[in-house]
Amino acid sequence: MQVKIQIARYHPAQGRFLQVYEVDPDKTLLENLIAIKEGVDPTLTFPLGCRSGVCGSCGVRVNGRERLACTTKVADGDLIEPLTSLEPIRDLVVRPAVESLDRAKAWMLKPQEAAVDEEAIRQIEVQTGCILCQSCYSSCPVFQEDPDFLGPFALSRAYRYLVDRREGEKREHIEAVVDHGIWSCTLCGNCTQVCPMGIDPKGDILLLQSWATRFGYSNPNLGGFGSFGLEF
Amino acid sequence: MDSDLLIVGSGVAGLTAAIRARELGCKVLVVSKEYPTQAQTTMAQGGINAALDGDIEGHVADTLKAGGGLADPVMVERICSKGPELIAWLDRIGMPFSRIQDRIAQRSLGGASSPRACYAQDYTGLKLLQTLYDRARSVGVHFLPNHYLLNLIVEEGRVLGGTLLDLERGAVRQQLAKATILATGGFARIYGNASTNRYGVVGEGLGAALRAGARVSDLEFVQFHPTALAGSAILISEAARGAGGWLVNGEGERFVDELATRDQVARAIYQQLEEGQRVYLDIRHLGEDFIDTHLPQERRLALLHAGIDPVHELLPIRPAPHYTMGGIDVARDWTTSLEGLFAIGECANPKFHGANRLGGNSLLEGLVTGWEVAYEAAQCQEASPAIEYKQTVKDRAFLQKLFDIPATIDRFQRRSFLERVLYHNAGLVREEQALKGVLATIRQHQQELSLMGLRDRSWHYNTDLLHFLEYGNMLEVAEAAVVAMEQRKESRGAHYRQDYPETRKEFQGHLLLWKEEGVLHTQFRQREW
Repeated sequence: MQVKIQIARYHPAQGRFLQVYEVDPDKTLLENLIAIKEGVDPTLTFPLGCRSGVCGSCGVRVNGRERLACTTKVADGDLIEPLTSLEPIRDLVVRPAVESLDRAKAWMLKPQEAAVDEEAIRQIEVQTGCILCQSCYSSCPVFQEDPDFLGPFALSRAYRYLVDRREGEKREHIEAVVDHGIWSCTLCGNCTQVCPMGIDPKGDILLLQSWATRFGYSNPNLGGFGSFGLEF
Repeated sequence: MDSDLLIVGSGVAGLTAAIRARELGCKVLVVSKEYPTQAQTTMAQGGINAALDGDIEGHVADTLKAGGGLADPVMVERICSKGPELIAWLDRIGMPFSRIQDRIAQRSLGGASSPRACYAQDYTGLKLLQTLYDRARSVGVHFLPNHYLLNLIVEEGRVLGGTLLDLERGAVRQQLAKATILATGGFARIYGNASTNRYGVVGEGLGAALRAGARVSDLEFVQFHPTALAGSAILISEAARGAGGWLVNGEGERFVDELATRDQVARAIYQQLEEGQRVYLDIRHLGEDFIDTHLPQERRLALLHAGIDPVHELLPIRPAPHYTMGGIDVARDWTTSLEGLFAIGECANPKFHGANRLGGNSLLEGLVTGWEVAYEAAQCQEASPAIEYKQTVKDRAFLQKLFDIPATIDRFQRRSFLERVLYHNAGLVREEQALKGVLATIRQHQQELSLMGLRDRSWHYNTDLLHFLEYGNMLEVAEAAVVAMEQRKESRGAHYRQDYPETRKEFQGHLLLWKEEGVLHTQFRQREW
């Protein structure tokens, strides 16, 4: 039995429009998109890759919530849209905001000799599963206020290197995530809700805030209330 | 954007070469048709081999034995010996290898005499690629995503760079470099949905090299992975068998040593399927805790794509095209047959795997070939004049013309037909007549290609155009591979001929293929050792 879904389409020459397609609810969304392209509408444009949820290419929104097309089934009336807060390219294809990784210096800054045991790896095991699918970025409300916000995946990745025992340079990591970073987050938790790999960027941002405090930074949003006017 | 070094492909091989060359002082540009971290490498699960215990000889011996006489002992020794040092390097830059206490954990994979595969749960490829990507960004490698390699620019036998399709603008871009490295991966996706590979793995680097006149070799050796999900061909890692998983038939009987080499296990499963049996992977006895800790991805994939929880149920599997051992022919000094052109990773054939690859050896090959070739490429210092070359003019005209050809034949239907023809007749078991039939089909499709035009007429990010180019390339690569399958009249490693079931001494060597004036030529070369 076929069901109907709506796809939000975009082409620079045609602008935005909605289109209805009939699809098979027993197949994944990605399989359906391919069937549409090959059999019905060759102009439909979407990203595709590993079809097993590890390459991060096929992030879209289904009824307003971020999903990987390859790990999602469709239901009657579903609305499929591209990810938000990212530059649209065509239909469901958007430009990933990977340059935020550079601003957040999300890499090993100064490797040092260190004993790395099971516990040390467990500490970064979930974060290192990030596939840069941009779901968290799309779900984040902060970009409405601050387009330069570093965003959840870049901050989680910065955290993952900061706490890596092999990392010999901690302060520089903190310095890189202070501006348009950890203090801009509203801690709404959308990112954590939508991550297909079970990463908790909100939690990582909270921990980054705590590290920043340890390095002498304070939350600028709290202003004078930060210490309640008391001397410590 | 000018650069010293043009690297096409962003998997483990491409990124390793990029990082190393950048650290050696080169300006490096990595071109990829999608985004860098979406490469096929992410799908590698089981691990990366290295003899961390110092037993390089053991690793070499296992690799040579699996290779069926076609793995070059010199290259095998060189690549295996470099393993431990580069694992240490990966560890330093942050690769989250799983641990046993404070040592890097290693697991057993098929054909290995000791547990040698370093892993990160069963997400080894994904985590490796993300780590390399972070490192590449930190050292200032430049990236050019959404660009598809059309052709190599060759002048007087020297490769000066490549022509690229800029997908977003629908325009041809000429990219010159002092050296060009192809790291474009294999071509196991020519079997379509039957393959474990991601979409688009049809060897555009291999095709471009063939069109440029480069020698390629050993294309007949296509590895079938023993355990893909029966319906969707989604890969279930060898780590499942390495940890003690069983293969059983419908009567619950085990019928093969689960940790024999992949060619042997795949054929044993095929036999069972031919006899009308179903074949299952059974990991129930490993227990839920173990599976969730060490094989979390396998459980997730089985649930999603087969609706089966392997903690409690048998998992129906079948062998699926997975990896191509052959590729652009690479000599012992890392050169290809064209000056200024290098090839690394799965698209290259430095004769490391021979006729059959060991699990865990492909990531190692990508890592080591990327690392070593960076040194060679960094020595290429000759810049080419920044003029517009013949190839660029030709490719611009070709692209224009492409929008004019009719679309009277359904390309998707044709492609899916050819994929099935290849799977059933040029797959795990082969024979003369069937292979000749496949070749006839391929050549017919090549002729019909000029009637399989674009149905999306937009110049802007046109994936119909991309698919057309990929299909044309697939026909070229498939033709070369099937010619090789037909000419090797023996069985060896992953190449099994029903009509020639024995291994024959006169075939102890490599079948080289190349094109002159668009025509395919072949030559058999006895091995050098």
